Amino acid sequence: MAGQHDERQFPRREFLVKTLQLPCSAAVVTVLGPLALGSDAAEASQGDSKTAERYFGMGIQVDKCIGCGKCVEACKAENDVPREPFYFRTWVERYVIHNDGEVSVDSPEGGIRGFPREEREGDVLRSFFVPKLCNQCDNPPCVQVCPVGATFKTDDGVVLVDSDYCIGCRYCIQACPYGARYLDPRTNTADKCTFCYHRITQGLLPACVEVCPTGARIFGELNALASPLRRLMRKSSLQVLKPALNTEPKVFYSELDGEVR
Amino acid sequence: MLLVLRGRFVPASFGETGHYRADAVDVVAAQPLRYAGWQVCVECHDSEGAMKSRSFHRTVSCEVCHGPAAAHAEDVESQTPLIPRERGAECLSCHEYLSPRPTGFPQIIERLHNPLQACIGCHDPHDPTPPEVPESCSACHAQIARTKAVSHHLTLECETCHDARAEHRENPRSFLPRKPTAREFCGGCHSENADSPADIPRVDLRDHGERYLCWQCHYPHHPES
Repeated sequence: MAGQHDERQFPRREFLVKTLQLPCSAAVVTVLGPLALGSDAAEASQGDSKTAERYFGMGIQVDKCIGCGKCVEACKAENDVPREPFYFRTWVERYVIHNDGEVSVDSPEGGIRGFPREEREGDVLRSFFVPKLCNQCDNPPCVQVCPVGATFKTDDGVVLVDSDYCIGCRYCIQACPYGARYLDPRTNTADKCTFCYHRITQGLLPACVEVCPTGARIFGELNALASPLRRLMRKSSLQVLKPALNTEPKVFYSELDGEVR
Repeated sequence: MLLVLRGRFVPASFGETGHYRADAVDVVAAQPLRYAGWQVCVECHDSEGAMKSRSFHRTVSCEVCHGPAAAHAEDVESQTPLIPRERGAECLSCHEYLSPRPTGFPQIIERLHNPLQACIGCHDPHDPTPPEVPESCSACHAQIARTKAVSHHLTLECETCHDARAEHRENPRSFLPRKPTAREFCGGCHSENADSPADIPRVDLRDHGERYLCWQCHYPHHPES
């Protein structure tokens, strides 16, 4: 998978390197400078960041989620997300697996007001809640497709959107395999979970983690030696969503059912 | 000309740390806070914090129920956080029964669990240990118990006359005890041919009190009065 990925990116990089090597290309370099330098610097920072001191991730214990929707409410309040039920940075899904094997998934208004009783309550094999949010992929498809460099991965591993620079083309919304992005109707720019970047840079927890009443969400630094997140990663077998896509999510799920997509 | 265009259109900090505007990171990080975090709350509300830290709600942050409180932490006087007191969504969003909720998580069926009573009447949200199920009827019906204790009926158990199911002790309003409905119930001890100790006062049910029910004249918990 990694090889495939390299093959896709390499020709452009190779082209730029060769361009740099040409002595007569000084003028081109001056113009393309920021782009070429950008790619290199991004590559360098990605290489460094895996060993960087702060590299954020989240663990979600599916067996602890009670589907109260407090995280959805807190996220909307903290980040001024539009209240209409189409715009979510995080949401909660209810999976119900019936006795005949039929799986139904629902998320009324993202779970912000909780969930109604199931209609087929006597016919449930198993059911559980799955909180979802931007997976802060280490290999983010949304960043790859952005034509202007308005979405990017920071040194601490968080994928952010530069709303001043975003042109609202929606490519990233299409590219995200987790449906974690939306177009903010007020600014017409793409928006998404930032792991509450303004909070975590001050040493606070993201709002959804702060209000989770059962501690189903655990936030921390992936390469810290001792932290609740590291402990979760040691103690439980972790899964990520859609691992076959090779997006390398940094949101890890424990006790995740095989039916979850 | 290319140089001029580049200077005009490429932002100053573009490419400093990657293929993006480096200043954008600071813009995102400068967003104001709405949730202060429980550590800020317990700086002033230390007794509530201490009580909660030993209770079943120790993992529940203050702002889960009281709402975002960063504004309150900044300006204590004019910004008041939510103080939910009514029976409603604040408690039920976590504790109403739903089958996907983990086994062992405390849940109720709102319709059946002491309807119309405020949750905080029995459960302190900062220390929500469930109230103990009363051992005796007198725990709740103390006035009746005191009255009965000085009457001739003091040796009678409440269950002699009231059919109170065990569930009544856990969910009193959902399982109401029954009261006697007919004169013949009292007649079981007090009628002339009743099979009861000889010193019990007796009446002839056919002509005593005519069409009235016994408890319209005699208060059963203190029949002398």
